[in-house]
Amino acid sequence: MSLIDWNKLTITEPPVLPRELLRNFKKGIDGAFRDFSRTYGEALENFFNPLLMFLKWFQDLLVATPWPIILFIIGGLSWIGSRSWKMSVGAVLAFVAIGWMDMWEDTMATLAIVSVATLLCIAIGIPIGIWMSRSDRAQRIITPVLDVMQTIPSFVYLIPVVMLLGIGKVPGLLAVMIYASPPIIRLTNLGIRLVDAEVLEAADAFGSNYRQKLFQVQIPLALPNIFAGVNQTIMMSLSMVVIAAMIGVPGLGVPVLRAVSNQYLALGLMNGLAIVAIAIIFDRVSQAYGKRLQKHREGDHGV
Amino acid sequence: MVSKVKIKINDLYKIFGPKGESHVEKVKSGMGKPELLEKHSHVLGLQNINLDIIEGKIQVIMGLSGSGKSTLIRHINRLIEPTAGQIYIDDVDVLAMSDEELMNFRRFKASMVFQKFALLPHRTVLANTIYGLTMQGVEVKDAEERAAHWLKRVGLDGFEDRYPAQLSGGMQQRVGLARALATDADILLMDEAFSALDPLIRSDMQGILLELQEELHKTIVFITHDLDEALRIGDDIAILRDGRLVQQGSSQDIVLNPADDYVADFIKDINRARVLTVGTLPLKKTSAKGITLSNETSLEDAMKALVEAKKDSVTVVKDDKKLGSVSMHDIVHAATRSSETAGEAVTYR
Repeated sequence: MSLIDWNKLTITEPPVLPRELLRNFKKGIDGAFRDFSRTYGEALENFFNPLLMFLKWFQDLLVATPWPIILFIIGGLSWIGSRSWKMSVGAVLAFVAIGWMDMWEDTMATLAIVSVATLLCIAIGIPIGIWMSRSDRAQRIITPVLDVMQTIPSFVYLIPVVMLLGIGKVPGLLAVMIYASPPIIRLTNLGIRLVDAEVLEAADAFGSNYRQKLFQVQIPLALPNIFAGVNQTIMMSLSMVVIAAMIGVPGLGVPVLRAVSNQYLALGLMNGLAIVAIAIIFDRVSQAYGKRLQKHREGDHGV
Repeated sequence: MVSKVKIKINDLYKIFGPKGESHVEKVKSGMGKPELLEKHSHVLGLQNINLDIIEGKIQVIMGLSGSGKSTLIRHINRLIEPTAGQIYIDDVDVLAMSDEELMNFRRFKASMVFQKFALLPHRTVLANTIYGLTMQGVEVKDAEERAAHWLKRVGLDGFEDRYPAQLSGGMQQRVGLARALATDADILLMDEAFSALDPLIRSDMQGILLELQEELHKTIVFITHDLDEALRIGDDIAILRDGRLVQQGSSQDIVLNPADDYVADFIKDINRARVLTVGTLPLKKTSAKGITLSNETSLEDAMKALVEAKKDSVTVVKDDKKLGSVSMHDIVHAATRSSETAGEAVTYR
């Protein structure tokens, strides 16, 4: 059997697989994956169950916590991060407005998934970034994978994720993480690779071992870059909120989807702006914190 | 005083490139740096280095950039692995050390000061200074006490809580020096330690180093491209050119008998009156009526003493034993031999 459908080949039509062959090829992949998800789907679901429990618990906690306490925590975290009254008051006011517009519960759900996704991205991304920075081979292999993760349309990887795990919070979380983890990995790798060679040589010359070099020199010096990665990861997981809503993640994305299908302009706009407000607060606070982390690097010859 | 060899370097070769070992024989049989680069694209870093560094002395290694001096100093604590040759420190073969032994050697026996200071920007001055001590396993509190002592010795009392970026270059290098001294290692490796500082600060730092050395008697290997610096602080000077040692000796030796044009070129602009001592001049056997000076007196000091005493000849003595005499005329002549006439007057070895 020929690999090209000769009957269809003309000067305007490129060579193409015979129709039957192409259909079998697609069916084969679909069948294989279906078999795979039938065999391992449940095991995977069980594997992710603790994560689901934690997500549920965290979201319930946020929703059940009295709103004044949440406002206090938001204000407090903003203050710890930015040391700016303006920033903290602004953050609290934004959340008051969100509550006033009756978006409180959805916002808490979004906060829950974004914070869990960010924490998981950090927990997985930083070690991978460190590994990449240590081995050129790891970097060669991982970099194209990250490129694919960032450029492949999210809908495409939603299909296998949903086939495997169904609709719900965990597949949503996985989708968010696929999209949001590359920056933290990349910037951890970059940050460590950019550490001044002479400082590393000094660490060697004083007899530091591998761990001492990593934890006392490389990671602290890479911290500003790692922190920029954390910031990017937060922003990217927020931007996935609507897509995650398509596969059943509760939060601000759900009303946005409803607004799209019913042409509710105000509903879409309000929830969209709520996402923007959260993003701006997270971004400014984490950037101010990052800047404060490296304040000592600025030279002021106070002598 | 019997001088003991602290660091012994034998037949050291370093060829940079993936197959350095296979080219050692070619270099030994005379292949030069350009040829090696062109034919085999390997870079010749060091060749045939033989150097004995005496305990308690300051050994200066001098050369222009690219001469291999920074490569050489990094062989002593094996930050760079040699391609061929031996390095012994206190008769222990450094190249035979296991990773563990090497780490302990770096922690306890040799500390290093870097050209661009290489301080940790996220740590305070005190936290930087204890770095080597914590690597040795010293408790933080104890380490801080010892570090504070050394910070005081280098004149940084009261700066413990500053960050490196808040200090000037000279002060940062004092931190680098304190960090190296705090480990109590008896070998101090200084890689162009003062080259990044401006001239006044540099001279200041040289003074601090000499003052500390007077009581510490460490074995110091000091890399520099600055001849004035080499002559001021070096007990022994070795001159590197294209990875080869072209001359080694005391500063007097180098100034009086430069081994080749390269060295002669180096020394042509230096202040001879400050380097040369009256003991190195040709002395007349007759005794003079003028003043009496030790053979270690520099020509500069001798001229000053003569002018102050209004005399015109010096009796030179060594350990109270009379060596001979020399006239003001000869001293001035020796001190002012300019580079143009140096060609005839100086004898090449």
